[in-house]
Amino acid sequence: MNLLLLIGAPLLTAVAVLFSRNKQQVKWISLLGSIIQIILAFALLFAFRQERAENNSAQMLFEQNHKLFDSLNINFHFGVDGISVAMILLTSLVVVAGVLVSWNIEKMTKEFYFLLLLLGLGAYGFFISLDLFILFFFLEISVIPKYLLIGIWGSGKKEYSANKLALMLMGGSALILVGMLGLYFTAGHSFDILALSKIDIPVYIQNLLFPLLFVGFGVFTALFPLHTWVPDGHSSAPTAGSMFLAGISMKLGGYGCLRIATYLLPEGAKEYADIIIILSAIAILYGAFATMMQKDLKYINAYSSVSHVGFSLLGIGMLTQTAITGALMQMVSHGLMTALFFAVIGMVYDRTHTRMVGEMGGLMKVMPFISTVFFIVGLCSLGLPGFSGFVAEMTVFMGSWENADAFHRIATIAAAMSIVVTAVYILRATGQTMMGPIKNESHLQLKDAAWNEKLAAIILVAGILAIGIAPGWLNDLLRPAAEEIMNRIDGK
Amino acid sequence: MNEFFTLMKSELVVTAIIFLLLFIKIGKGMKNESLLSLVQVLLLLNFIAGFFFNKTGNLFGDMFYTTPLIAFQKNILSLAVYLISLLCSDWLKKTGHLPEFFMLMLSALLGMFLMISSSNLLIFYLSLELATIPVAAMANFDLEKKRSSEGAMKMILSSAFSSGILLFGISLLYGATGTISFPEITAQLDGSSVQILAFIFIVTAFAFKLSIVPFHLWTADVYEGSPMAVTSFLSVVSKGSVAFIFITVLYKMFQPMQDMWYTLLVILAIATMVTGNLFALRQQNIKRFLAFSSIAQVGFILVGISSNDYMGITAVVYFVLIYVFSNLAAFGVATVIAERTGKENIDDYKGLYKTNPFLSWILALALFSLAGVPPTAGFFGKLFLLTAGGAKAAYWFILVAALNMIISLYYYLRVVRAMFMDKNDNPVEPIKVSPVVKLALIICGAGIIMIGLLSWIFEYIKTLH
Repeated sequence: MNLLLLIGAPLLTAVAVLFSRNKQQVKWISLLGSIIQIILAFALLFAFRQERAENNSAQMLFEQNHKLFDSLNINFHFGVDGISVAMILLTSLVVVAGVLVSWNIEKMTKEFYFLLLLLGLGAYGFFISLDLFILFFFLEISVIPKYLLIGIWGSGKKEYSANKLALMLMGGSALILVGMLGLYFTAGHSFDILALSKIDIPVYIQNLLFPLLFVGFGVFTALFPLHTWVPDGHSSAPTAGSMFLAGISMKLGGYGCLRIATYLLPEGAKEYADIIIILSAIAILYGAFATMMQKDLKYINAYSSVSHVGFSLLGIGMLTQTAITGALMQMVSHGLMTALFFAVIGMVYDRTHTRMVGEMGGLMKVMPFISTVFFIVGLCSLGLPGFSGFVAEMTVFMGSWENADAFHRIATIAAAMSIVVTAVYILRATGQTMMGPIKNESHLQLKDAAWNEKLAAIILVAGILAIGIAPGWLNDLLRPAAEEIMNRIDGK
Repeated sequence: MNEFFTLMKSELVVTAIIFLLLFIKIGKGMKNESLLSLVQVLLLLNFIAGFFFNKTGNLFGDMFYTTPLIAFQKNILSLAVYLISLLCSDWLKKTGHLPEFFMLMLSALLGMFLMISSSNLLIFYLSLELATIPVAAMANFDLEKKRSSEGAMKMILSSAFSSGILLFGISLLYGATGTISFPEITAQLDGSSVQILAFIFIVTAFAFKLSIVPFHLWTADVYEGSPMAVTSFLSVVSKGSVAFIFITVLYKMFQPMQDMWYTLLVILAIATMVTGNLFALRQQNIKRFLAFSSIAQVGFILVGISSNDYMGITAVVYFVLIYVFSNLAAFGVATVIAERTGKENIDDYKGLYKTNPFLSWILALALFSLAGVPPTAGFFGKLFLLTAGGAKAAYWFILVAALNMIISLYYYLRVVRAMFMDKNDNPVEPIKVSPVVKLALIICGAGIIMIGLLSWIFEYIKTLH
């Protein structure tokens, strides 16, 4: 399969949106484009499984290499392994859901969809890039859309949040940039990830570059204590913006932490693994406890994201194959779950015009569909078996437990304890908003989800259940790729 | 004789245009509008002609030399002048002395051409003066405005001062080496204290011209006072040409002293980036804002220059090419708005998107390109400068530069925020942009998006070396 299609489809859609005449056209073109993206993503999944079934054991499949800046050895080098395929699937699901929930955007519709599609384009490009420079290009491409989406269509202290997010992410990029150039010069002028993974980089350089790259990507994925843009950014963004930010953009960081920092600099990863574990354990617990104190639904999900993303970083820091597989599963699972959560919060907010838990109650009676989805996503978030959250977190814990020393075990236990806290805040928020008597009489007139919202929710719920009930296929995708990374770490 | 015409063709074409304007002026004269169209066409031809018959060679006993790369550098400047003539056509039509304005501008351009091609301290000094004095006269072109005269005065004083310093450096260098030819000086350099002193004076003069900190103080005032056409000329064409000759002087003439100037450049680059960025944070006037941002950009150019190899030259030429489009687009939008409404403050740009979406997108693109955010070309330009500067493995230096990109993003975003997000009860009314200006803005916008993605442009510059 030609991977350029994955960039071409969103690009063409975005251009078509730019030239469309009215709001209806914009919406339908975007929807059509995002459905094509889903089809492409599934086609990629099947083609990938087909190749693997035929015992094509190359590390990267469907590789393409086009010369770009030849004299600097920068190439359009694309290819996918299981991790990329999983992430592309996640992206395509979130994109279509994001397009659907934004159906009623009235303010500057064309610009909104254009930026949304550009954000998706950046993610696709990022996940298929095998050239550090191109990867960095696609990572950075999403800065402008994020900034404008929050600043123009956001709510609350949107300008502040947009600025904070843009500057913090740019700070992360600056660190990545230095680390990337360091790799480039160390490797004798090459940005190629596969080439870089074959050479032995001196340990002192690894120890120098690893923190730059890991912290740089860590900013994108809410590495404690650089997570502060997350609550503000997510709560101010429009619904689709929050979905993209938490569902896709934060995964870019996690993917980079693993694929670039850990995979290319294994000695550095070993050196700093303990610090990563401590920071992510803090993030997990801190995020969970901070969520308990929140009264705004969006803040609840934003802080719980900090906690949940901590599990991926914890898995990466544990440096075992199972833990890394779990970390990747958690990325996919959290991406679907948090996107769905933000979508539902957006639907509730559109109707009640409040996000405060205390001002709602008994919504189950007036909007059963939305409330059911709210329940599902809540249960997924607290890790109930049958949903994706359970599978992912369980895998992380199992992988972490493989490290037999006291330090790793204590960190694992501490992280596992956060599940109790998660249960408390999720059940409380769900109970207060959905159950009990209706607090506000005007809520009785509210309508349940429209077709577009139902469709968006069903797509994401399907993803969550597909992982939760039959995690085998995802495991088959991720485990061989994680093994490849572990081989490099173990020096095989 | 034939060689004379091919090697000096850019200079000859510009001279021919100057004389043509002179004849028109002393003859019957023409209407401003038709004269402007004529000049625009001629400048376009000048730009196109720059692509042909580019050879390597010397003239006048090695005083003048040219290579395809130098011809390309001249072409970038021609392109910038052409774009300025389009972007500022509204203002130019109204000005009372159009032929004089272009005569001055093209004389300065001629001086720059000769300066880039110079291979001898004498012709270098003469052409530098030719490139400076007309600009000072141009800065004074808004005759009724006090600010304009003030800016011109500051410009004259600071350039006279820097010329003095340059001459002092040249005389010391001549005293130490006994020659004024670049290659011969290189052979004579041994790092004696007189030579170091001369080197410091010469670099100081360059620092004045490029507004490198701490010699940047004239910049903001002159930019603010001058008419927009002159400001954009100063910030793009003037800066670009001096950056080109600065590279030649450092890489060719002062090559034996490279360890020394590397350290010096690192210090100057950091000081320039940091100061330019920090001052830009608090500016209200869009011209002063762009002045400080251009100071910061020069800091980035210095990062690229510090690499001391072909990569440095390529990256700087490439960056200047992108900078032409980005900065001229920003100045172009500012010109249109200032010309129609007289508003020059960033606060006046609040709510601009509601009334003028086209101008807002172009300005936003330009600012993102200046900030170095993809997919704009500025991203590639900045990254290649840093790649060039990082060749000596000074990671902390790259880190400082990269952190400066964050500061710069903050203030560029301030303008974007004003245009797209802030509310304003009294926004700039919808402006009907004239077709010529619109064309120029579209060219700039297309350049900003395309130059980075069309990677062969970079490769082409590389092959010229």
